[in-house]
Amino acid sequence: MQMPEPNTSILASKGRIVARLQEVLPKAAVISEESETRAYECDALTAYRCPPLAAVLPSTTQEVSAVLRICHEEGVPVVPRGSGTSLAGGALPTADCVILGVAKMNAVLETDYDNRFIRVQTGRTNLSVTGAVEENGFFYAPDPSSQLACAIAGNIAMNSGGAHCLKYGVTTNNLLGATVVLMDGTVVEMGGAYLDAGGLDLLGVICGSEGQLGVVTEATLRILPKPEGARPVLMGFASNEVAGECVSDIIKAGVLPVAIEFMDRPCIEACEAFAHAGYPMCEALLIVEVEGSPAEIDEQLGLILQIARRHDPVELRESQSEEESARIWLGRKSAFGAMGQINDYMCLDGTIPVTSLPLVLRRIGELSKQYGLGVANVFHAGDGNMHPLILFDANKPGDLELCEAMGAEILRLCVEVGGCLTGEHGVGIEKRDLMVDQFDPLDMEAQMAVKDVFDPDWLLNPAKVFPLASSEARRATRMAAE
Amino acid sequence: MQPQTETELAEMIRAAPGPLAIRGGGTRPIGTPPAGEALSVAGLTGVSLYEPGALTLVVKAGTPLAEVEAVLADEGQRLPFEPMDHRALLGTKGTPTIGGVVAANVSGPRRVQAGACRDSLIGVRYVDGMGTAIKNGGRVMKNVTGYDLVKLMAGSYGTLGVLTEVAFKVLPAPGATATIRANGLDEATAVRAMSAALGSPFEVNGAAHHSDRHADQAVTLLRIEGFSESVAYRANALCELLKPYGDWQVAEVDWSRFRDVAPFVGQPSDVWRLSVKPSDAPGLVALADPLDALFDWGGGLVWLRVTEGTDLRADLGRFAGHATLIRAADETKTRLGVFHPEPAPLAKISDGLRAKFDPRGILNPGLMG
Ligand SMILES: Cc1cc2nc3c(=O)[nH]c(=O)nc-3n(C[C@H](O)[C@H](O)[C@H](O)COP(=O)(O)OP(=O)(O)OC[C@H]3O[C@@H](n4cnc5c(N)ncnc54)[C@H](O)[C@@H]3O)c2cc1C
Ligand SMILES: Cc1cc2nc3c(=O)[nH]c(=O)nc-3n(C[C@H](O)[C@H](O)[C@H](O)COP(=O)(O)OP(=O)(O)OC[C@H]3O[C@@H](n4cnc5c(N)ncnc54)[C@H](O)[C@@H]3O)c2cc1C
Repeated sequence: MQMPEPNTSILASKGRIVARLQEVLPKAAVISEESETRAYECDALTAYRCPPLAAVLPSTTQEVSAVLRICHEEGVPVVPRGSGTSLAGGALPTADCVILGVAKMNAVLETDYDNRFIRVQTGRTNLSVTGAVEENGFFYAPDPSSQLACAIAGNIAMNSGGAHCLKYGVTTNNLLGATVVLMDGTVVEMGGAYLDAGGLDLLGVICGSEGQLGVVTEATLRILPKPEGARPVLMGFASNEVAGECVSDIIKAGVLPVAIEFMDRPCIEACEAFAHAGYPMCEALLIVEVEGSPAEIDEQLGLILQIARRHDPVELRESQSEEESARIWLGRKSAFGAMGQINDYMCLDGTIPVTSLPLVLRRIGELSKQYGLGVANVFHAGDGNMHPLILFDANKPGDLELCEAMGAEILRLCVEVGGCLTGEHGVGIEKRDLMVDQFDPLDMEAQMAVKDVFDPDWLLNPAKVFPLASSEARRATRMAAE
Repeated sequence: MQPQTETELAEMIRAAPGPLAIRGGGTRPIGTPPAGEALSVAGLTGVSLYEPGALTLVVKAGTPLAEVEAVLADEGQRLPFEPMDHRALLGTKGTPTIGGVVAANVSGPRRVQAGACRDSLIGVRYVDGMGTAIKNGGRVMKNVTGYDLVKLMAGSYGTLGVLTEVAFKVLPAPGATATIRANGLDEATAVRAMSAALGSPFEVNGAAHHSDRHADQAVTLLRIEGFSESVAYRANALCELLKPYGDWQVAEVDWSRFRDVAPFVGQPSDVWRLSVKPSDAPGLVALADPLDALFDWGGGLVWLRVTEGTDLRADLGRFAGHATLIRAADETKTRLGVFHPEPAPLAKISDGLRAKFDPRGILNPGLMG
């Protein structure tokens, strides 16, 4: 993955830049020693690393503003960072950039149960937002699997999803307002503790903009009352096709489960070996979860089981207790860890129309044979967001490149059948060069024009999302201006 | 002008010598009236793709809303956001189009639970002010590829581009619905009761209150939808939970009356729409001292009917939220501004975006301010 050459004049001015940052931040909040900047050299896409010029850890919106004003004056690129769990290289530094981490900004600023919102600093982790309100019977709905570690900052930047978004939506559907600091240090408020923001929906554009339009320091999030209860059912099928048809039939029947998770045989086997969840050995597994009172759950599950029976399931397991529910989820929740135990893997994130599921799974199987690399499929089937895990050996020369080439083919296939390159992880650097497969140059031009408005000098996270060749002219203008 | 294809539309915009007033069905004349040659998208019609099993619908922007709703109803599905019909309130005739719904981000009572139009919108095609056809988003409900211009186009009132095609995530229509009603609650109690209901696990998806302020006939309504047994169970549970606020009974209610602000129809006066924090609503309404007030979204949306020419924003002072002037004489709209004034840095960004998307300033110029 190519990154732009660092700007040598910035590298040469490191001393001055660091000194200026130290003027506006406490000493410990500016990190510039090479031994310490290493901690910020990558995110969860660990194949790519580069220590930044410096990293700063501000504690307030005012400090963020002061940092950005200095970087703007000095023409220094800034890469915002939450917890560094991006799988797309979204928080990957360049040698001439300042990493702006919001990890210290993790306070709850306001909770309001009557109006059903919470306002937090964005360095707060996803799970601890729910943690702050669950005693009162509320929760924050978007639940990425990384929720123990990832920050609201990164969730907003990537518009992250989770297992339960079929019912509750993704981050953008649960974000009411944000405090955003623009690259020149201007602080703006978008939306707030009310439902429709006025004017153009700028909040909607900030969400999912991968840290390229502004640094989000505070967020007003919608919180929801916890359902009375939830119960999963596990179903095994003789083929991926049949499982796919069953998903489609459940949705058509008018039931809206909170989650429909899909696992194929390689994934089931790995989970069994690792977590011993007691899954049946079959070609495809579905975990379907519904919510409500006990009677409501019975009613919905009854209908779902009736549909499943029409597809000759090899196994139907309705949970009878909390422990059984936990066991059903155990394997799925440890799927990524399980795969990691047996192999290095790359996790893809394309989305496809649910109706193309059988076709896409078949093609992935063929590609797996062709490339000689194993693939395990585990994904959110209700919304078509696939997570094929391509298995490779990081120590074998050429295997990573082979894996990336195969990943690119799978993502192109997702686009071909009417889907997209990324459903929740973001483009970052990982899918940057595939953007041309989904968008015409003019489609991308319209998106880059938005960045021109928010960040005319292209200093915020500049080498991400758009292919370097597409953004080159804009980034070059900045270099020339210096 | 009434193009029949996106290509024709693009050519017309490219060739346009001056401002264009973009029009779907002409039923929602919100905003300062745009000067310019009328450009109708009513010729761009039809369902491009409908996959009930994937909950996905893609339609051309000029398709009548009624047609969209009928196509969905045939498969037992619906638009989650329950768009209102502005015709009676605004005294307009014509056929509302789906593009107009999106361009004005029109959402009804269910918005409080199911999200706004912008939340169900998953893809757009549009032609910008230079006559370039652009696509963003797509037809799948999970998609974070590139910037989300889909949200930006929703509620941009045709000032950033002319929509040619829109894609939605749709939902199954539930088999049963029930409403519970309490009579005679004052506004503050009603909002507290609605908050308690929306904060319960019973999935209330409509919470409205109307008190004809001078007739002393207040009703507070809560709606629940789903499978029949579960609806009955939840209605009972809610009546029990909300006892401290009043006496609740199951009632037959036509929600379209609240969705379309029917009590305000035919009453000569100005109509304002407030988006606020629900618990602030009663206080703001007291300050406004309107002729009539209708609360939706549990108090988060307040419709106010006030004497013609009233500067409501001046009466309310600073508050968290915004006030839009929906119905008034053109003179009043021009004097007060339809949309809530934005703080300078936000206005600068909005102006910057309009300048990029429509450098000649020909798309509904001045409509949003
Ligand atoms: C094991 C594992 C499982 C995962 N599961 C899921 C999942 O189920 N669903 C899902 O959606 N994702 C998942 N992810 C991906 C990742 O956790 C999400 O993208 C997450 O939102 C990133 O948050 P972060 O705080 O770690 O952000 P970072 O990695 O620090 O940054 C991510 C992006 O956000 C930008 N950014 C960070 N802070 C700010 C800010 N304050 N202002 C503006 N931009 C900012 C960065 O520049 C970068 O582009 C998973 C990752 C892992 C490692
Ligand atoms: C007598 C008369 C009076 C009028 N008075 C007003 C007035 O006071 N205020 C006013 O704003 N207009 C006024 N107009 C212009 C016109 O009625 C509306 O602007 C427009 O026709 C609304 O069409 P519609 O019902 O489909 O709009 P809606 O479908 O209700 O659309 C609402 C908004 O969306 C925009 N829109 C509709 N379709 C698209 C699309 N495909 N892509 C992008 N944007 C779209 C419209 O421009 C409008 O701003 C008037 C017209 C007439 C003939």
